[in-house]
Amino acid sequence: MTTSMNSRLTDALISTRRFFTPKQEVSPDGRTLLKVGGRSGDAFYRDRWSHEKVVRSTHGVNCTGSCSWNVYVKDGIITWETQAVDYPTTGPEKPEYEPRGCPRGASFSWYTYSPTRTRYPYIRGVLLEMYREAKARLTDPVLAWADITEDPERAARYKSARGKGGLVRASWDEAIEIVAAAHVHTIRKWGPDRVAGFSPIPAMSMVSHASGARFVNLIGGSMLSFYDWYADMPVASPQVFGDQTDVPESGDWWDAGYLIMWGSNVPVTRTPDAHWMVEARYRGQKVVVVSPDFSDATKFADEWLPAEPGTDGALAMAMGHVILKEFYVDRQTPYFIQYVKKYSDLPFLVTLDAAQDANGEITHTAGKFLTAADLTDEIEPETENAAFKPVLVDETTGQLRVPPGTLGHRYGETGVGKWNLDLGDIEPRLSLIDDAELTVPVDMPRFDTGQGSVGAIRRGVPARRVAGRLVTTVFDLLLAQYGVGRSGLPGEWPTGYDDAESPYTPAWQATITGVTADAAERIGREFGQNAVDSKGRSMILMGAGTNHWFHSDTIYRTFLALTTITGCQGVNGGGWAHYVGQEKVRPLTGYSQLANALDWLRPPRNMVQTAYWYLHTDQFRYDQFGADTLSARTGKGQLAGKTTADVIAQSARLGWMPSYPTFDRNPLIISAQAREAGKSTKDYVVDELKAGRLTFAAEDPDSPENFPRVLSLWRSNLFGSSAKGNEYFLNHLLGASHTISAQETPERHRPKEVTWHDEAPTGKLDLLTTLDFRMTSSTLLSDVVLPAATWYEKYDLSTTDMHPFVNSFNPAISPPWQSRTDWDAWQQISRVFSALAVRHLGKQTDVVAVPLTHDTPDAMAVPHGRVLDWKYGECEPVPGVTMPKIVEVERDYTAIGDMMRAVGPLMDTLGATTKGITYDLTREVGELRAKNGYVRGGVADGRPDILHDVQACEMILMFSGTTNGHLATQGFETLEKRTGCRLSDLSSENEGHRVTFADTQRGPAPVITSPEWSGSETGGRRYSPFTINVERLKPWHTLTGRMHFYLDHDWMTELGEGLPTFRPPLDMTALFDEPAIGDTPTGGISVRYLTPHNKWSIHSEYQDNLLMLSLFRGGPGIWMSPQDAEKIGVRDNEWIEAINRNGVVNARAIISHRMPEGTVFMYHSQDRLIDMPLSETTGQRGGNHNSLTRLMIKPTHMVGGYAQQSFAFNYMGPTGNQRDEVTVIRRRNQEVTY
Amino acid sequence: MRVMAQMAMVMNLDKCIGCHTCSVTCKQVWTNKSGAEHIWFNNVETRPGQGYPRTYEDQERWKGGWTLNKRGQLKLKAGGRLKNLATIFAAPYLPGIKDYYEPWTYDYENLTTAPAQQNMPVARPKSLLTGENTKVTGSSNWDDDLAGSVEHGHNDPILRKVSDKIKFEYEQAFMFYLPRICEHCLNPSCVASCPTGAIYKREEDGIVLVDQDRCRGWRQCVTGCPYKKMYFNHKTGKVEKCTFCYPRIEVGQPTICSETCVGRLRYLGLMLYDADRVLEAASTPDEHGLYEAQRSVFLDPNDPEVVREALAAGIPEDWIAAARRSPIWALINTYKVALPLHPEYRTMPMVWYIPPLSPVVDAVSETGEDGERQENLFAAIDRLRIPIEYLAELFTAGDTGPVDIVLRKLAAMRSYMRDINMGWETNESIAESVGMTGQEIKDMYRLLAIAKYEERY
Repeated sequence: MTTSMNSRLTDALISTRRFFTPKQEVSPDGRTLLKVGGRSGDAFYRDRWSHEKVVRSTHGVNCTGSCSWNVYVKDGIITWETQAVDYPTTGPEKPEYEPRGCPRGASFSWYTYSPTRTRYPYIRGVLLEMYREAKARLTDPVLAWADITEDPERAARYKSARGKGGLVRASWDEAIEIVAAAHVHTIRKWGPDRVAGFSPIPAMSMVSHASGARFVNLIGGSMLSFYDWYADMPVASPQVFGDQTDVPESGDWWDAGYLIMWGSNVPVTRTPDAHWMVEARYRGQKVVVVSPDFSDATKFADEWLPAEPGTDGALAMAMGHVILKEFYVDRQTPYFIQYVKKYSDLPFLVTLDAAQDANGEITHTAGKFLTAADLTDEIEPETENAAFKPVLVDETTGQLRVPPGTLGHRYGETGVGKWNLDLGDIEPRLSLIDDAELTVPVDMPRFDTGQGSVGAIRRGVPARRVAGRLVTTVFDLLLAQYGVGRSGLPGEWPTGYDDAESPYTPAWQATITGVTADAAERIGREFGQNAVDSKGRSMILMGAGTNHWFHSDTIYRTFLALTTITGCQGVNGGGWAHYVGQEKVRPLTGYSQLANALDWLRPPRNMVQTAYWYLHTDQFRYDQFGADTLSARTGKGQLAGKTTADVIAQSARLGWMPSYPTFDRNPLIISAQAREAGKSTKDYVVDELKAGRLTFAAEDPDSPENFPRVLSLWRSNLFGSSAKGNEYFLNHLLGASHTISAQETPERHRPKEVTWHDEAPTGKLDLLTTLDFRMTSSTLLSDVVLPAATWYEKYDLSTTDMHPFVNSFNPAISPPWQSRTDWDAWQQISRVFSALAVRHLGKQTDVVAVPLTHDTPDAMAVPHGRVLDWKYGECEPVPGVTMPKIVEVERDYTAIGDMMRAVGPLMDTLGATTKGITYDLTREVGELRAKNGYVRGGVADGRPDILHDVQACEMILMFSGTTNGHLATQGFETLEKRTGCRLSDLSSENEGHRVTFADTQRGPAPVITSPEWSGSETGGRRYSPFTINVERLKPWHTLTGRMHFYLDHDWMTELGEGLPTFRPPLDMTALFDEPAIGDTPTGGISVRYLTPHNKWSIHSEYQDNLLMLSLFRGGPGIWMSPQDAEKIGVRDNEWIEAINRNGVVNARAIISHRMPEGTVFMYHSQDRLIDMPLSETTGQRGGNHNSLTRLMIKPTHMVGGYAQQSFAFNYMGPTGNQRDEVTVIRRRNQEVTY
Repeated sequence: MRVMAQMAMVMNLDKCIGCHTCSVTCKQVWTNKSGAEHIWFNNVETRPGQGYPRTYEDQERWKGGWTLNKRGQLKLKAGGRLKNLATIFAAPYLPGIKDYYEPWTYDYENLTTAPAQQNMPVARPKSLLTGENTKVTGSSNWDDDLAGSVEHGHNDPILRKVSDKIKFEYEQAFMFYLPRICEHCLNPSCVASCPTGAIYKREEDGIVLVDQDRCRGWRQCVTGCPYKKMYFNHKTGKVEKCTFCYPRIEVGQPTICSETCVGRLRYLGLMLYDADRVLEAASTPDEHGLYEAQRSVFLDPNDPEVVREALAAGIPEDWIAAARRSPIWALINTYKVALPLHPEYRTMPMVWYIPPLSPVVDAVSETGEDGERQENLFAAIDRLRIPIEYLAELFTAGDTGPVDIVLRKLAAMRSYMRDINMGWETNESIAESVGMTGQEIKDMYRLLAIAKYEERY
């Protein structure tokens, strides 16, 4: 030892310690103390680590994670959780899925014993008192409910008490009795479609979702959609792909050579998946982030393109401009050109409509697809479904041809074996430029000329005449749209990339997005070149940041244009990767039968939730503009004079979108009335509608017979999370206190076809019930609160887009206190309901109005997307063609309880249909009967038993192709007949394999390739959508059977959105007279108000969790830039108030230079229950993130009955977008009160 | 030579997504108990930022770690044990509650039990120290994602050293995450600070523990630890610290923070070192030399002489085998991409870090002209947003050389592997430019990117 430390005195002192610690060793230099640890060492923490049981479960929270977790139990108490690491391997050359999880999931066990746990049923005290009194008097629960709700004074008394405390503990029996009685009374008096249920995202816990959904569907209630309501559904997906959403698993990010994260903050919102992106960089993937703030994702970018919020479409258009110019025009890239000829609508012909402009010059606009119906002489006879067989030009012969694989081939006799993308001897001609008969000017709509205003730019296309029509190709129109000029074409074209005046150049986008022209050009080029080099492995990972806008469908279509013109869709490592919402129920068929109760009764009433609340929370009464505000200059006035409410009413009566409640009459009496009139129900309904004696409820939502009366929430916190226009809900739906300051619609903007009541109703809803395991805004506003089991206390199933495994929930403990699983609770409710129904309902004939549905021949109801309205005599009302189908359903209300707990007989007789393929389930029903046992007696005698949640899990797994190889193969064989393509080999490796619930308990269970989805996992491959389309030539479910750049429905044309385009965020100053961004009214600052997904919660879940609250700022916060903070003199963590016409929110300021000036973030779903003081302005509880938002509906989302623009539940419908909003923020009094 | 074995960790900051799952799982397992609310054995800090407890890296203020006296001898910065004993009741260099935070909860019961009232019931924050209503003004992660940067950012002790390079402006924004646990130092200043001998370093694996029976709560170790990873439990009156999850390590399981790390960025492994040379290395005069000095203390488990000595010292054969396949050895010594955290504290820390890459800095305002060339997809190191000086202050006592080399290796790996990814011929000159062979790059890629469970731990 040459070196010593400290002084000799210290040395001595330390060395003496040896004598006091004889079993330890002090290092010779005296620095350190060594002690033999090992198994005899410190026992303190070893004790803490010990546990008696580890149980596998997961979390059901719409986070897309679907992560497998180990839950630890010690002395019968759940202690903590850690991630399972036993995922099936991805192979030796790739990272693994382990360990999936995130901090939110890791904190979940806090809820089990937390003080916010709902331990017992609760009922609003004032209501319970009335109910007990009425029941004592009337002795019948149903009569007691009617007595209270039909007395305006008493009804107002308990409704106005909603959300203001005063909940009292009750028994399950009493609570369920009230719920059941309310349902029975409402069905009898108002009709079953006045009952609604909302529980989102089945994939996150399918059986729990199906619990209430099965009940609501059995009684004929309305189940409300979620994917569109959340604005998570990318409307562009059905528009372009004819598919709801189908995207790569996160393991496929690894395969990408170039990745743009565009509006998706991957580390925060895809926490368990982020590592794939991080690790893929190490194999040479370039990563680009487009985000308005320096987000968590930006940390991983090679380059950051900080586009202004909501302007992403402009950047993508410019990148498309570069790619089209450099890879299609300056040089022709064979891979790209072959790809788009085969898989896209680009070679198809579109008619050009001539028009005279203001100067008398002849110009044109893009019209309809040319179809076989337009050509009687030019081509071989294609009579069947001719209007749905678009036409292209053959390169070799110059002849017009109808290629196989169109919608017209999907149905009918002559299409058998021809619904495929095998072009045979056809070589599609992409452009008419080389043998153009003529070139013509075309006016392309534009929306960039100032906030929200519209214009047009004249460009030109090559054209030829066919059957008296002027036509060109979609490709030629696309080049004109993107401003990619070719010699000889008329019109105005950009002078170069640096031409900032001409849309859609790199320099043009710079003026809108703030991203430099050079960066847009370079990233566009790199994206394209990488796709050339890698044969399509360029990927755009997109999310809520670009999908939650009013015009997100246009933003997304500009992205999808990029991934399609570069040949990336249907390629592993390429294409779109949209992740917003856990919509992917991999075992789709089984789940659908269970939840929709299709085994007993068809069809269900599935409702688009955005339109539902837009009307029923009276948000339509606060519009300040017409639906035609959005029309393009090139439009033909189809929406002129209409309001959004008018559009909803029209869509309802044309059968485009569902509409429940449907008529201004109880649907249980219509059948009998028809009989009395001596007519069939269908004829009766048509005649009554024509005579105006029967009207659609959507035409008068404020009339009491059309109110939604009963709403149940489970697995949902509608009022603390997704209710855009929260304050309108509080006022009009619930009759509770609110903070709306918006003006009602002035007379000139009021609906024409929807009745206006001088006084808006409040408190429409009679009963709000919530099942939850924690207290939320929804439970506090509810009349009845039922205590639910947590995710560690029940059996269930979970799947996600992000990985190809089925995960299970399993109880680590039994539901504590008086909590029950959702499945048990609804089983019990159904039994009590049926008992009450014996006296009050019995058997009834219900009349259900069914919308024109996607993946059925209904999609051929509206040829060319031409709008004809029977109300104006433009056509006859024909159910299933020009109006909804009218279907009678026999309901035995006394048997609902029996049906709930057994698999019904329609499984044997009708089988199950998913995305147009019908599965024969007779063998599966038999196996399930053997596995689950069967019911004795009653209507379900002999049917497979599903009384318990684990039995329902087995039903889902048994009836789905992804978990039952026999069914997958059966489905592919069915599809082979229609397509003539070889497909069944995709699942043959799993023909005999079935995933059972026990398999999911052992570990994450891999799924089987199935026609329920468009990609393949065969041979352990990573899932990428549309690989079956690309590799096996199975068509997309669209008009042409290909991916669509062009949409020719009248309303798409009207809005100028036939082709990908840029539309800026809505101008709230012009539309609602809000202060312009940057204005400083009365000491505040007007800013763009964004509500991105939160790092410390999943929606409202976990935002109240003490662990998550402790890890950041412990309550509501609004992020803002130092510049904006300075303007209002607010410092970090000071209280601020945000105010706009929709309501008020309080929060503490979080000031950071990572935020851009002019934009604030209030991370989504910070419920008003945690640390929310009273507002200085209103004196009321300071709101939640949705107090500042409201619903705004885009008319084109209501289109239906036309090819891929047809309704399917959670597949198509108006989005509940919320990103275009603005607010004024000001510093408030810092002495807050509660 | 006196061979000893040490369990060690490397965290690849380039992979850290800042999710804090490690913090939560650790807390749930070890410290979600009364009196330990502020105790985060594992925490994650956004950098630039103040860290937790706030400004803990400011040793002029907190006096943690070791320093050299005028004669070049190692001494505790807070003064020797004698001084500590003299000031045992004063504790002048202890972080106070404001430097941690006042733990709180909420009046959750009110949500269920509130009587009928005018407004919606609310759960307002309550101090867990006083039980009174409170306003939340601090937490263990108050400046997450640059929150409050303009107000607090200048308090980052690292930033002060390189402040002319960094402005808190949108256009220049950068951030990264720094997860931290106890360093389980070879030369632990906490052990040396403890007046009661309650802190010990386990002989077989080097894990530093506080004997909960023996601890008297003098808290000299809190001062002595420059990483402020000794926490005083105000209910038990004892100090607690990260245990390296020894109840799991002992049975062959990774630490909780490692196994639950969804970024898959943590590596665990055994390192052999020469205990006789620790003091000498820790006393290296030039702070810039401390990184290499510590590396020189590690012993090559493939060296027959080391193996002989290790066996003689009673280290079992399977431990020596573990040291051979240790990813820590590979990252610290073979690829030399891991660096110690604050070697200038002279504690010879044993949790090391791979520094992070970041986006190019001029994408906002200027064109990246060299990005025009397809072969140059990845930006040069000197154009990255994170100033290399900032990283150097964390990992190499300000010496930018080693950090620069690591970042170049990461960039070279990406370029080299892209050729393979695209099915092109590999370019060996890329590997050579960072002093590696193509095979070494592929091996390193396997460890960093593929990162199988068995190879991480």
